[in-house]
Amino acid sequence: MTVERFPVEASHILFFARAIGDENPDFAEGRVAPPTFAIAAAQFDPEWPLRPRPGTPWFGSGREASGAHAESRGALHAEQHFEIHTPMRPGMVLRVIEREGRSWEKQSKRGGTLCFTETLHEYRDVETDELVVTARQVGVREQEPVA
Amino acid sequence: MSIEIGQSRSSVIVENLSRSQIVMYAGASGDYNPLHTDEVFTTAVAGFPSVFAHGMLTMGATGRVLTDWFGSDAVVRFGVRFVRQVWPGDTLTATATVDAVHDEAGRTVAELTVTTVNQDGVAVVTGTAAAVVREEA
Repeated sequence: MTVERFPVEASHILFFARAIGDENPDFAEGRVAPPTFAIAAAQFDPEWPLRPRPGTPWFGSGREASGAHAESRGALHAEQHFEIHTPMRPGMVLRVIEREGRSWEKQSKRGGTLCFTETLHEYRDVETDELVVTARQVGVREQEPVA
Repeated sequence: MSIEIGQSRSSVIVENLSRSQIVMYAGASGDYNPLHTDEVFTTAVAGFPSVFAHGMLTMGATGRVLTDWFGSDAVVRFGVRFVRQVWPGDTLTATATVDAVHDEAGRTVAELTVTTVNQDGVAVVTGTAAAVVREEA
């Protein structure tokens, strides 16, 4: 996820807070964003692969149970870490810079290989370049045992 | 606010998780992965018993135990491992426990262990957090 402009907006925070079942008035009235709100920057990634887009084949169901590249189960989210240097508030505009982190493998209980990949994200204020949030994500993909 | 090592708080953060709440989270977060939003794809193609919650939905809901306790803008670090999937119908309880209290950059910060369990008492999310401890006005 690389994002040029992630405008932090009160109504987006309200919808996000509702979705996590949190009725805290500070979130509902947009005084500040919940600690995990940075993840919603995906809305502002023009090429975000987990959003159906006009003219691009989608891998979920339509007429058939699956569309494009359905052979892949994709990676599952194994870990997520945030460092919040400054709480996110409406009015901020952030950019998100993505970097690859480490990768490693582990044997799964079923005899396959679990492949872990780490991705790092820096959220910076577009005007001041101040670091607002640092995020680290670990994805895991299982390779089936060779028969 | 008086915070001591070993202090703990728990809350029920999700009760009988609905597929519609998972869809709400997809809409708010922008993660429309069919594994969370598309029962047909998830059962017929991906081979899971049903759609399941985004790990980030559980993490986000877990954050409530921190912000309700320390304040809406008090969390400075929050990290978790997603150890089990969360399914429609699950009821989740999050617990945060103070492991240490120390000074950091002129502020008092509580270090916490965070665990969220399902209705069978099985952990779905485990992790740590840190939050600024504010003096009461």
